Amino acid sequence: MIPSGFEYHAASSVQDAIRLLTENEDAKILAGGHSLLPMMKLRFAEPAHLVDINGLRELKGIDRDGDVIQIGAMTTENELIASEILQQHCPLLVDAAKLVADPQVRNRGTVGGDVAHGDPGNDHPAVMLALDAEFVIQGPEGERTTPANGFYLGTYWTGLGEDELLTAIRVPVIKTGTGYGYNKLKRKTGDYATAGSPVVLTLDSDVCREIRIGLTNVAPMAIRAEAAEDLLRGQVVTEALIEQAAEQVMAACDPAEDLRGDVEYKTHMAAEMARRSIRDALARARS
Amino acid sequence: MAARAEDINREDALQGIGCSRKRKEDPRFVQGKGNYVDDIKLPGMLFADLVRSPYPHARVKSINKEKALALPGVHAVLTAEDLKPLNLHWMPTLAGDVQAVLADEKVHMQYQEVAVVIADDRYIAADAVDLVEVEYEPLPVLVDAHKALDPDAPILREDLQDKDNVGQGPRRHPNHIFTWEVGDKEATTRAFDTAEVTVKEEMYYPRVHPSPLETCGCVASFDKVNEHLTVYITSQAPHVVRTVVTLISGIPESKVRIVSPDIGGGFGNKVGVYPGYVTAIVASIVLGRPVKWVEDRMEHLSTTAWARDYWMTGELAADKDGRVKGLRVNVLADHGAFNSHAQPTKWPAGFFSIVTSSYDIPAAQVKVDGVYTNKSPGGVAYRCSFRVTEAIYLIERMMDVLAQKLGIDKAEIRRRNFVKPEQFPYKTALDWELDSGDYHTALDKVLAAVDYQGLRKEQEEKRAKGELMGIGLVTFTEIVGAGPSKSCDILGVGMFDSAEIRVHPTGSVMARMGTITQGQGHQTTYAQIIASELGLSSDQIQIEEGDTDTAPYGLGTYGSRSTPVGGAATAVAARKIRAKAQKIAAHLLEVDENDVEWDIDRFKVKGVPGQEKTMKEIAWAAYNNVPEGMEMGLEAVDYYDPPNFTYPFGTYLCVVDIDKYTGQTHVRRFYALDDCGTRINPMIIDGQIHGGLNEGFAVAMGQELPYDAEGNLLGNTFMDYFIPTFVETPHWETDYTVTPSPHHPLGAKGVAESPHVGSIPCFTAAIVDAFAHLGVTHMDMPHSAYRVWQKLHELGLDKHS
Repeated sequence: MIPSGFEYHAASSVQDAIRLLTENEDAKILAGGHSLLPMMKLRFAEPAHLVDINGLRELKGIDRDGDVIQIGAMTTENELIASEILQQHCPLLVDAAKLVADPQVRNRGTVGGDVAHGDPGNDHPAVMLALDAEFVIQGPEGERTTPANGFYLGTYWTGLGEDELLTAIRVPVIKTGTGYGYNKLKRKTGDYATAGSPVVLTLDSDVCREIRIGLTNVAPMAIRAEAAEDLLRGQVVTEALIEQAAEQVMAACDPAEDLRGDVEYKTHMAAEMARRSIRDALARARS
Repeated sequence: MAARAEDINREDALQGIGCSRKRKEDPRFVQGKGNYVDDIKLPGMLFADLVRSPYPHARVKSINKEKALALPGVHAVLTAEDLKPLNLHWMPTLAGDVQAVLADEKVHMQYQEVAVVIADDRYIAADAVDLVEVEYEPLPVLVDAHKALDPDAPILREDLQDKDNVGQGPRRHPNHIFTWEVGDKEATTRAFDTAEVTVKEEMYYPRVHPSPLETCGCVASFDKVNEHLTVYITSQAPHVVRTVVTLISGIPESKVRIVSPDIGGGFGNKVGVYPGYVTAIVASIVLGRPVKWVEDRMEHLSTTAWARDYWMTGELAADKDGRVKGLRVNVLADHGAFNSHAQPTKWPAGFFSIVTSSYDIPAAQVKVDGVYTNKSPGGVAYRCSFRVTEAIYLIERMMDVLAQKLGIDKAEIRRRNFVKPEQFPYKTALDWELDSGDYHTALDKVLAAVDYQGLRKEQEEKRAKGELMGIGLVTFTEIVGAGPSKSCDILGVGMFDSAEIRVHPTGSVMARMGTITQGQGHQTTYAQIIASELGLSSDQIQIEEGDTDTAPYGLGTYGSRSTPVGGAATAVAARKIRAKAQKIAAHLLEVDENDVEWDIDRFKVKGVPGQEKTMKEIAWAAYNNVPEGMEMGLEAVDYYDPPNFTYPFGTYLCVVDIDKYTGQTHVRRFYALDDCGTRINPMIIDGQIHGGLNEGFAVAMGQELPYDAEGNLLGNTFMDYFIPTFVETPHWETDYTVTPSPHHPLGAKGVAESPHVGSIPCFTAAIVDAFAHLGVTHMDMPHSAYRVWQKLHELGLDKHS
């Protein structure tokens, strides 16, 4: 549990952080550190340089501009939970943050770190897929934005370049007629999901006009159950239809067996979490 | 009436036995002012770290230290070759076997200690560990205990190949450790041959780890000038450690000081001696500087003592009314790579033969076979007396299996088989003498408190709706307080315990015991015993333990032995002081010793109001005015060898609801009634019961150290190993009855382990009961959602209609 030696750099600005990433070979960003530091202590990760961005105030905070909420990458999980803007306009993020790890971790762990790390067990990636979020990324060439959909390519493999920094996340406001749900099965406080499923759906006179079903920790990366979405889109969502969608959710899963369960269990749990989230989302959309 | 009120005030002022006095330990713990082994920093201290084997079974072909030694800040790299000249490469275990301190030619388990690195700081030591080059030749691995005695099984312990006895009787295979048989085979066979009904069930009690918050570690400091060795160590038995150190190092006990400072929980894990301790001690002797070794959590879970790993087969013979006539138990015990089982010397399966528990079973027979596997060595008693948890689990499961077979209610079948109050002291078929008990009262109290009939009715209704609700009921008897020296010793030292009490001139008290608190609250409760016995306020009584230079010899704290043995020694020593005080009081009052009587905190002249001397006045007189011929001072020592064990008991009831679609279990209600005899501090008892129930919940619902077929240990971090928090654990309801022990000076029996022993089978019983109407008789732990779901899925109960 003792990391090997590394060089520590405190970035003074976003530009400085990009410079440090560019100039130093094998450099890693240090955000909340709750994924990176345990990996370093086990010597699974041995970066030569750590670029600490905890001092960058411009990466913190939550603002709403009309129908879009912008969240700084260094905003902590507990700050998400405490945010009145999110409680009012995007409560799915609040619900999801409450299920991340434990209070100590949520006090340091950041939404940007969770989103950018690329761990399929992290909660926010699938939530961002369900929310149709957009990521703001700074690199040596300047700023770019990219949708969450398509960002996750594999385990610890995302659309983020080695010399790039995720600076903010943009999520749409959840409006009347749109419902959401996040169900996560975990063994205990602090655990990653055995399976989790965030769902956002919009009803139009009880017809499902749009739906996005995200899945956590049942594939090499966060994924969407698109076949299940297709089955429900344009339909009045009945229990029978949810059952058919659950079948499609199971077909989308490709989990790895571990002590949380075997492939069969995880696949079934993904379907069960999706069922519950669809029902929650329906109830909210109708209310 | 006025006098009565005044008596109560005087009694209350003492904060003695029966008082829920706040724990004296807590102010320092809650302020972060505890002093644990890792808090100890000595001038010039170096740090040790261990090179560990990635292979579960391999020959060590070569070890190259050069690169590690070349790293600046590295002082030494030691291997078995270096320890050999000192004869310290192997060490004795508590079970008659030996364990490698550093791997001698072979490794027998993953994470086994291969070399130790000593460096200026913890970081350099860790870097140097990576630089030690070890060449291994992997060997076939034995993980499955059932295959250990196969003719073609890989032979693990080549060092024992020509030994037909490893300290526990004859063995029949190189991987065999012992066979332990007790009971009357003929009578038991007869009971089964003539039985109206028999039942049989196989069950596995998984390998679990106590995992106290503080891992194991030590700071060893050898003074080369005075040849004096001091070791600060995480030990539940510091005096035993000193004896072991002397036996293996040759340094006389008078020059070895073992100190257990604040201990962050033990639960049986900190009874034994680990290779890390020995390597730190050797390094300090070699280098003449203090050496600290503190393991991390993965090392702790991977190598230090775990518990259980028992493959048990239980059989009951009974009549059609459910009265048990015979019990037969066969166990295959996986002890891992070395037999470092924690036990009194003559008890290779501990006190497993308490397996008849609360029941009047006329014939019983137990057989336990111990075997070696390529897994870490053990096992210990995890918050229980030696192997009692396994025994109670087995009998309570079997009583349920029998009840289900006969269609008798699970409470009723217990009532029919209980030892009756008038049968005590009761000799069990396996030769224990239960000291006292009133099992029927305890059971009835619990059934009434929870409205048992109402719960059964609700369960019927739920079943009709396809919902899964289970009710678990356990009635257990523990055996604690090891133990009478005629049957119990550790390395030849009888399992007595001790107290040494000094009353100072102004009436304050210093007392030292041979036990050592690890969270039990000895500093609080021992003071209460002395307060009641001597009539001095417990706030004026200082308790010290754990330093072998000052405390009297004792066997330590585990197996709920502190109150039954150390508490008894404390009471007896205090009574010796009171007897002397009586003589001094009579002298001061100028009456005969028989003319004074004890009254809360003073001696009074019988029948003469106002003629009295308080204990404080007597204490002062003890230092200046004693009867002629009496020596001055007021102190006493007692080494208490208990005449019998104590047998606390209880009735636990658990109600669960199971989510059919995820397998998650919700413990809706848990009611725990304990009878631990006389209650010294009810608040501490409640706290101990809550702690034991939490750990019982952890074991039943999630804890396990699983190995894959290649001998890799899975789940040795807190990501996987289940330590429940406030969020997961149920709400506990506690209750009690009081049936004092007839042979203990205070009538007290010990309590901290009962909730662990009793709760684990109760959770299993509740979960199995939820499926009982479907013909399910047993489900193995841990009852994780995953495991429960597998049963749901197998039965097709998880289908959405």
